[in-house]
Amino acid sequence: MKLTRFLKTIFMTDFLSGLLIAIKELFKSKKTINYPFEKGKISPRFRGEHALRRYPNGEERCIACKLCEAVCPAQAITIESTEREDGSRKTTRYDIDMMKCIYCGLCEESCPVDAIVQGPNFEFSTETREELYYTKEKLLDNGDRWENILAANIKADSPYR
Amino acid sequence: MEYLNIIIQEFYKILFLIVPVLVSVALIVWLDRRVWAFVQKRQGPNVVGPFGLLQSLADALKYIFKEIIIPASSNKIIFILAPIVTMTLALIAWAVIPFSETHVLANINVGILYLFAVSSLGVYGIIMGGWASNSKYPFLGAIRSAAQMVSYEVSIGIIIINVLLCVGSLNLNDIVKAQQNLWYIVPLFPMFVIFFISALAETNRPPFDLPEAEAELVAGYQTEYSGMMYAMFWLGEYANILLMCAMGSILFLGGWLSPIDFYPFNLIPGAIWLIFKILFLFILFALVKAIVPRYRYDQLMRLGWKIFLPFSLTWVVLTASYLFYFNLLPTN
Repeated sequence: MKLTRFLKTIFMTDFLSGLLIAIKELFKSKKTINYPFEKGKISPRFRGEHALRRYPNGEERCIACKLCEAVCPAQAITIESTEREDGSRKTTRYDIDMMKCIYCGLCEESCPVDAIVQGPNFEFSTETREELYYTKEKLLDNGDRWENILAANIKADSPYR
Repeated sequence: MEYLNIIIQEFYKILFLIVPVLVSVALIVWLDRRVWAFVQKRQGPNVVGPFGLLQSLADALKYIFKEIIIPASSNKIIFILAPIVTMTLALIAWAVIPFSETHVLANINVGILYLFAVSSLGVYGIIMGGWASNSKYPFLGAIRSAAQMVSYEVSIGIIIINVLLCVGSLNLNDIVKAQQNLWYIVPLFPMFVIFFISALAETNRPPFDLPEAEAELVAGYQTEYSGMMYAMFWLGEYANILLMCAMGSILFLGGWLSPIDFYPFNLIPGAIWLIFKILFLFILFALVKAIVPRYRYDQLMRLGWKIFLPFSLTWVVLTASYLFYFNLLPTN
């Protein structure tokens, strides 16, 4: 037993087998990607930047039920609403403080009309704090921009809801 | 006027040596990081320039534009001198490296001694840096590296004696020419292995990177350095690694000799063969960095003094007896 250990040390078998593994690994395919140029696949359930969606005719989905405001554990959402001339209840203010938000996805889950959703975008860092206080305009703009992907994601995830 | 001419000529020669060495240091840093990344299945630096080749250049530019911070309690003169000493010593050693029979800046007869002396002096840059910083981590790192480099220098010296016994000359060109028939890696293979490991320790490479062990010493002797001074340490370190690879290829791998000595291949200039050999050794260095864990300090000392030193001493006796018994001792 001692002799084999001694021979192993002298001929550096452990080291050589390690070197062999290293050389083998050298030619295998890489597991990392060139991030800004290539991006990893993300699930339809991914909880990224928020967006407020519209119906195809351009009407806002949000009915100002304030369920999201109530459920939000970080209390990041602030909603004010009013009654429009046609009798429907709509928001006048829909703010999300993106720095309070913990991206738990409860607002999306609580929404009865799929108005507030979390999209696949996670690259919305800003240079100032103020830019992260999202207003209704910003959220609706996000919704318009990402609508295709958002709709597809909701459809893909609907069997599991 | 005559003096001026000579000075200008020598200056050009030196420039033609130093610039390629510095460029190859930059490329070798890239290669090191790339090999390291590939072993770990990462991409490594690949954005700046083709395949990321210009990464080191970008890093150097970054260092140049960074502020140099000199600690208030440091010994300023020595603090500034330390990286300069490290880099200068790493570069002047290249003067004696023969790139072919004629292409050598200074073909002195004690070439190998000069090389050995200069690489021994390299430890001063580190000690100066660590001491002048007047801070605990650099100081500890400097103490470690002093002990480490001195211990492994001893075994490198004795390995060199092995080679010299076979050659009978201290001239690096003679050492290369003596390997015309048989590279010394074949008869002196165990010595080559010990040389390689000692070279790792000598240049503070993993698994012997104790002087800058980040987990315990922040960055060792480099902790207080910033900007261009840090970059000079870094350049000196890699120039030293290249130098050790060059030394290894001259002592054991036949330097600028072509491994395949017949018609189409012996047209390739010796410098290219030397570069290939240096590259081969360097890739081994980089692979070792990727696969080994760091040694503990006492293990490092034990390996140096209790294993390498007696082993290489024994091998000196064996080589000498063999050469003497079979009457192969070089005579000139």
